[in-house]
Amino acid sequence: MAQYLLLLWLVSIIGFAVLHLAPGGPLAQFTLIPGMTAAQLKVIAHQMGLDRPLPVQYWEWFRRMLVGEWGRSYRDSQPVLSVIGAHLWPTLELMVSSTIIALLLGTWVGVLGAIRRYSVFDYLATVGAMVALSVPTFWFGLVVIYIFSVKLAWLPPGNLYTIGDGSFLDYARHLIAPSLVLALVTIAIWSRYMRASMLEVVNQDYIRTARAKGVPERRVLIRHTIRNALLPMITIAGLQLPTLLSGALVTETVFTWPGMGRLFLDSIGYRDYPVVMGILMFSAILVLIGNLLADVLYAVADPRIRLD
Amino acid sequence: MAEAAQISTNAPMTSSRRTYNRALARFVRHRLALFGLAAIVLLVLLCAVGPYLWPYNDLRIDIRHRFAEPFSGAHIFGADELGRDLLARLMTAGRVSLTVGFAAMAISTVIGTFIGTIAGYFGGIVGTALMRFVDAVLCFPSIFLLLALAAFVQPNLLAITLVIAATAWMEVARVVEAQIRSLRERDFAVAAQALGASDAHIMFRELLPNAIAPIVVASTLNVARAILLEAYVSYLGYGIQPPTPSWGNMLNNAQEYLSTAPWLALLPGLFITLAVTGFNFVGDGLRDALDPRLDLP
Repeated sequence: MAQYLLLLWLVSIIGFAVLHLAPGGPLAQFTLIPGMTAAQLKVIAHQMGLDRPLPVQYWEWFRRMLVGEWGRSYRDSQPVLSVIGAHLWPTLELMVSSTIIALLLGTWVGVLGAIRRYSVFDYLATVGAMVALSVPTFWFGLVVIYIFSVKLAWLPPGNLYTIGDGSFLDYARHLIAPSLVLALVTIAIWSRYMRASMLEVVNQDYIRTARAKGVPERRVLIRHTIRNALLPMITIAGLQLPTLLSGALVTETVFTWPGMGRLFLDSIGYRDYPVVMGILMFSAILVLIGNLLADVLYAVADPRIRLD
Repeated sequence: MAEAAQISTNAPMTSSRRTYNRALARFVRHRLALFGLAAIVLLVLLCAVGPYLWPYNDLRIDIRHRFAEPFSGAHIFGADELGRDLLARLMTAGRVSLTVGFAAMAISTVIGTFIGTIAGYFGGIVGTALMRFVDAVLCFPSIFLLLALAAFVQPNLLAITLVIAATAWMEVARVVEAQIRSLRERDFAVAAQALGASDAHIMFRELLPNAIAPIVVASTLNVARAILLEAYVSYLGYGIQPPTPSWGNMLNNAQEYLSTAPWLALLPGLFITLAVTGFNFVGDGLRDALDPRLDLP
């Protein structure tokens, strides 16, 4: 726990440093107002507390962050947290559905690769995973749109739903392509780790014991091997969160998906620094919470590990 | 992955067949690395020499040949919405993307190696603080951090390279830290210390040369990462700015023409994939060849 608090603190320092890297810092938006004089800017800087020493400013900023006062958007004066909240759901939807796809496919590929090690399937999976990690997500998205929307017209090329329609089926149809695109990298990573984890478990004594007791091979595989091989995957899943969030940003751009990633890009375009900083901090905290959850879940799932 | 000495489950395979297949596996991996190397050499040659041999200039606008289709006329890969030759653009863009990739790799390797060496050698509070800092930077999804930084700087070649390097040094730092931490306990390091060698001498003259192999692997994979990151940030509009082409920004407005001129979207992406796959294959092959576990007893 202490380690996560330390990380949160370090994350906030990095965030604060990035904030002050901005040209003109938080004053940037006011310099754009026509007729703004240096004297007026000085007054605004004083009102915003920007003329105080940096450690004081940092402490003020950090304190506000902890109590949820993340400032207001320059665009519509909405509180940053509620702006993020409004865009969070589509991103979570995309991340959850792609994670489910990746878990199922990745586990399947990894298990099959491990039990048929050095088979043709195993080679294809190995090479395929490496290529999948090399393909730019946005380009893969374009290829999927070209094949399935432009050529075959099976799937819509983007957006959350069709305007005027709003049925569950319509939502689901719009979700298929972006979640598949986002899942590609996770499938590749997951299948490699799953394969390695399977090969690790297969040599354990308890597997030999199970076989010696005459447990049917199928049961050994499912109950004893796969179940135990999945354990370390909990940690891997937690570590995948930053990659998944990055992928979500790109996928949302390609598929005009109104999530957090799109909001981030739009906010950068509008120089809406409070929202940009807010999403940057929010995503890092999300990653921290994800890792913490993975730690806790791992301890719950593996009785050999005790939380202290 | 240390699985070479392990036995697979009861796959119906005779042992001779398994041995043969394992040899095949090594060969295929080896061949993948060779394939990767060939792809890199070809791409570098194409981008370095190509523009001198190819009759078209990447900036020449030719309205008559707007959206010329690939393989149909003088423009072998077709032409874009302004009639600019696509191959010429791909070659110039490749110069930019590959340069950014190599330069960002070099910078991030230096930063990562330096921080990793200091953290691994001194350990204790310094080491913990540095490595926790690495963990904290890794909490930020790379594209978010990259975009936030890129949006704040003047988007020129140098700035983009520095920003990419600033978001890609952490893995190297981790690898180097682990290596140095284990190396510094070895006899030769202790001996150097006993002889009164300075910290800097032990770190950079004694320990670091012994950690070269994993650094080479990590930096090869870092070229792949840097090329990908450049493609992402340029595609999203905050990287290399037109009219300077990069493989990423060529895809910038290709989505508009996806139904009428799909080659504008497909070809630059293929070049990126080829380059990134190439470096990943070579990096993976190098990792097999230089496995650090093999030279550490």
